[in-house]
Amino acid sequence: MSSDNLVEIKDLHFTYDRRPILTGINLSIPRGKVVAIMGGSGSGKTTLLRLIGGQLKPNSGTVKVDGEVVNEMSHKELYALRRRMGMLFQFGALYTDLSVYDNVAFPLREHTNLTESMIHDLVLLKLNAVGLRGAHKLMPADLSGGMARRVALARAIALDPMLIMYDEPFTGLDPISLGVTGNLIRRLNDALGATSIMVTHDVQESLQIVDYIYFVSNGQIVAQGTPDEIRNTELPFVHQFIYGEIDGPVPFHYPADPIARDLQVEARG
Amino acid sequence: MNALTGVLRYLGNYAISSVWRLGYGARLFLLTLLYSGESFKRFQLVLKELYSIGVLSLVIIMVSGLFVGFVLGLQGYNTLEKYGSEQALGILVALSLVRELGPVVTALLFAGRAGTAITAEIGLMKATEQLSAMEMMAVEPVARVVAPRFWAGVISMPLLAALFSTMGVFGGYIVGVVLIGVDEGSFWSQMQSSVDFHEDILNGVIKSFVFAVAVTAIALLEGYDSKPTAEGVSRATTRTVVTSSLMVLFLDFILTSLMFTS
Repeated sequence: MSSDNLVEIKDLHFTYDRRPILTGINLSIPRGKVVAIMGGSGSGKTTLLRLIGGQLKPNSGTVKVDGEVVNEMSHKELYALRRRMGMLFQFGALYTDLSVYDNVAFPLREHTNLTESMIHDLVLLKLNAVGLRGAHKLMPADLSGGMARRVALARAIALDPMLIMYDEPFTGLDPISLGVTGNLIRRLNDALGATSIMVTHDVQESLQIVDYIYFVSNGQIVAQGTPDEIRNTELPFVHQFIYGEIDGPVPFHYPADPIARDLQVEARG
Repeated sequence: MNALTGVLRYLGNYAISSVWRLGYGARLFLLTLLYSGESFKRFQLVLKELYSIGVLSLVIIMVSGLFVGFVLGLQGYNTLEKYGSEQALGILVALSLVRELGPVVTALLFAGRAGTAITAEIGLMKATEQLSAMEMMAVEPVARVVAPRFWAGVISMPLLAALFSTMGVFGGYIVGVVLIGVDEGSFWSQMQSSVDFHEDILNGVIKSFVFAVAVTAIALLEGYDSKPTAEGVSRATTRTVVTSSLMVLFLDFILTSLMFTS
């Protein structure tokens, strides 16, 4: 049964090493949309992505992808589902012993019985979509950070996935690469008819390309809305995050005793 | 009292983490065997690893074998000469190499050359999320990365040990016969009559096979279970050398006592 939402998460709890990371997450990702999950470092955004991909199992709650409960799947079922997913890792995670061409060909060779000539054509088309057809003979060590990210994107869409997940796709990119990557994420999602989930810190770039945003803080969704709703929000946490304010609900100082006590200075009357 | 509690807590933690790690290692080993069929179906993956693990170890193994043979020739001659038995130099060189030095020294060199390379490579693949990327592409990393390296190690080490012993015998011949002047006929004929195929050569091959399984499995486990940081990979690489060297020497004692004591 096909629902309007490709991903549905209900009352998700996840604890790592006795430390609660996610405490009651509820969210839905509609089909065909690009949705961003934002939050501070260590807020559990990447953990959420790994729970959707089935790389981690929640303590309680459900993660549904295309109507199937990911956290109740067998190994075989999970791998079958992952063939319909693509994931772009933070720094690309390209296989360093394979060329650009072989990296993009990797999922095609693993999961299809296509002939080498068909794989050749598909690889060049995918690389062309990210503007790197001319770089197919290069090794990952020869690529800049932005190029590596684009090759990884070509690899992630090699099997035309229904769901593409991006883990911090803009980290460490120069402004041009950042614009190119953001544009590609939006364009490829629409061209492939896929659904995209993007975990990111980059507010300004994300607000331009996504359809909906969830804010995660202290293991919970604290705000959500369209880019316009988020820009106009009065919520202190979101305001601090979007405008990069130094102090606010997320304090500048790590919790500590009063400085006078640490410096052993007596208060003067 | 607090100090005692601290010691007990440390020992308890150590025991739990050791048992946990043993279980993790056993699970990885069984998974490797389970996914071995896939590696053999796509034998080019094993061949690629045979090159980097086996072929690239050839130089260090052959040169070391030659020098060990030189030393055996010299020391053996000096000792045997005292008893007027220098004609038995061929037996001494061959039996030392085939029964002990060939399998043991090859395994120790293999741990240092190929074992560390395996651990560092897999550890870095983990640190750079290449293994996670493989999982997310529905490709099992144990089948694609671990099993081919395991079989490449198991296939290459007995062959490398045989080459080590051959080069050692050649080294002993150069020093004993060519340089010192032991009778060539006695050197070869006594070696031929005293080295038994089943008793000596086959047992040596069994030893190097067991060492290969131990060293390669340890190197793979250390890489696969390393912390995904620069320090984690460095520690895992060091542990590979230390653990596999100790394991080789321990197994050698056990196997020797089973094989060569009446």
